[in-house]
Amino acid sequence: MALDVFSPWDDPNAKPLIQFKNVTKRFGDFTAIDDLTVDIFEQEFFALLGPSGCGKTTMMRMLAGFETPSQGTILLSGQDIAPVPPNQRAVNMMFQSYALFPHLSVWDNIAFGLKRDRMPKDEVAARVDEMLRLTRLEKFGRRKPHQISGGQRQRVALARSLAKAPKLLLLDEPLGALDKKLRQETQFELMDIQESTGTTFVIVTHDQEEAMTVASRVAVMDEGKIVQVATPDAIYEAPNSTYVADFIGDVNLITGTVKAEGDKLHLTWAEGQSEIVGSSSKTFSKDQNVHFAIRPEKVAISAQKPEEVANAISGKVLDIAYLGNISTYHVQLAGGQIIKAQTANNRRISRRSFTWEDDVWLSWTDTAGVFLER
Amino acid sequence: MRRLGLILVPYLWLLALFLVPFVIVFKISLSDLAMAIPPYTPNLDLTEGWAGLVSFFRELDFENYVWLTEDALYWKAYLSSLKIALISTALTLLVGYPIAYGMARAPEEWRPMLLMLVILPFWTSFLIRVYAWMGILAKEGVLNQFLLWTGLISEPLIILNTNLAVYIGIVYTYLPFMILPIYASLERMDESLLEAAEDLGCSRLSAFWLITAPLSKQGVIAGSFLVFIPTIGEFVIPSLLGGSKTLMIGKVLWDEFFSNRDWPVASAVAVILLLILIIPIILFQRNEQKQREADG
Repeated sequence: MALDVFSPWDDPNAKPLIQFKNVTKRFGDFTAIDDLTVDIFEQEFFALLGPSGCGKTTMMRMLAGFETPSQGTILLSGQDIAPVPPNQRAVNMMFQSYALFPHLSVWDNIAFGLKRDRMPKDEVAARVDEMLRLTRLEKFGRRKPHQISGGQRQRVALARSLAKAPKLLLLDEPLGALDKKLRQETQFELMDIQESTGTTFVIVTHDQEEAMTVASRVAVMDEGKIVQVATPDAIYEAPNSTYVADFIGDVNLITGTVKAEGDKLHLTWAEGQSEIVGSSSKTFSKDQNVHFAIRPEKVAISAQKPEEVANAISGKVLDIAYLGNISTYHVQLAGGQIIKAQTANNRRISRRSFTWEDDVWLSWTDTAGVFLER
Repeated sequence: MRRLGLILVPYLWLLALFLVPFVIVFKISLSDLAMAIPPYTPNLDLTEGWAGLVSFFRELDFENYVWLTEDALYWKAYLSSLKIALISTALTLLVGYPIAYGMARAPEEWRPMLLMLVILPFWTSFLIRVYAWMGILAKEGVLNQFLLWTGLISEPLIILNTNLAVYIGIVYTYLPFMILPIYASLERMDESLLEAAEDLGCSRLSAFWLITAPLSKQGVIAGSFLVFIPTIGEFVIPSLLGGSKTLMIGKVLWDEFFSNRDWPVASAVAVILLLILIIPIILFQRNEQKQREADG
């Protein structure tokens, strides 16, 4: 009994909630967003991921109404939102700094947006109490923002932006100010709240782990363009470019020329080394220059040459990074190239099989890596 | 020991520069006018020992204070000073707030320059600046000549030696004291607060009233006291710019001291003025305290 997988982006009939159509945003000479087209669907948890300055915050601010596109249109439920001022959009934003009103209590902060809509008093109270319950802040309603902890402030900001039940909630680096442990807990809380309210969330982050954890789809951005939009697993397992492969997680990149043999691709990458065998859904011309990208955890490390494996290369352990749960081995190949291999430390460190200067074999299957255009 | 020393420094300062002069003034206010140097009796003469001390205290009395209540001039002057100080404070706030707001919203690289411009007048003597205003506001002054030249008026305006000139002088002189605390409170306000307010459905104007105004309240209160407190006792501006009808307690005090040479009455006027000022000073201190707590 498979659960219905939520994937409206695969459904050609699904109507997107937000559509960016050839949107360009320039600040003077600087192009922050460059001819960007993307659809975001209802109830999605959509992550904009990229290094600082890639334009992700500008995209969000255009959705909130604080910036207007230089060219192109942004549609919300099919309607152009360019002429709608921020205070009339069914969009709310959770600010990176939280932007809690310091002179108002937690309760009044959450009620702020509701009161602006001239909602009757008892309804405001009921809604605020509901929000306090949702974010587990019942006890803190009467405190001022400076009297609560960072994690609680983050939840107040979330409650305030959710109180008006927006069609779309924007989260600008919502967990950036929290320490790592609290951040991880809060990520799951965010997902729970997103699921229970059914609101569409768009989150901006530079933390790839955060994007992968919370998002239904991730858009990887670079210099004002979206490089790839896909589910977290597709982004990780099947990056469409070297940029994405390199930006998300750790990756070994091997350059060489490729040729097709049967349904497999063979990579010639160094003299005296056997070809790397892999498969790809993409087609490449013969002898095209490519990157072969493989994740460290997909590379197995062994003392003896493994039998019946598509790819096996020998090398010498140069460095070991011990991270507790896993270890990353930096293995130098005969040609000087370094390949990273990762293994889970399911034994105590004293019984580690390999140490510095050991001769080892690296191996992986013919489906473990991907070929990417250079 | 070191801590005690550190605490003692400000208290010694207060003792030497506030309490001791106050006690001297208070003592003079209890004395009687005399044609002598100094122009009052009694004077404490310790050579006569205990008896001298007793007779010294015997001669002190409160008749100067009684005198203040009997002559309407004094309480009218106090009331008039309060009124002028209140109106001036309101006017200064009206002029100062937009300036402070504009400065706080100016591009960051401009702000030090704008601050400099606000403080710049302090580089010349206060007296010279007030005299300059006399030149501007006089009947044949720069302002009247300009207005006559533009044809807006056909007769020169009488501004100098009226209360209007006093207000102009006070607003001009004390404007920086209003601007600086308001600017300080506006400048550290996070601008994303206004975006958040707008995002939650506020118009720009209501965001100002609901967010900016309350967050700059402490600055407004501080600035108002900084203008109000010295304005009550102001005497240079009313005597140079004001007319014969401008009644301010600072001017009365000056006249008692230097025209009438009645030091005891002048001292009594000063002591009452101080008592009147204690209330706003305490309120000011409490405001500062509250702000520190809010910041902490």
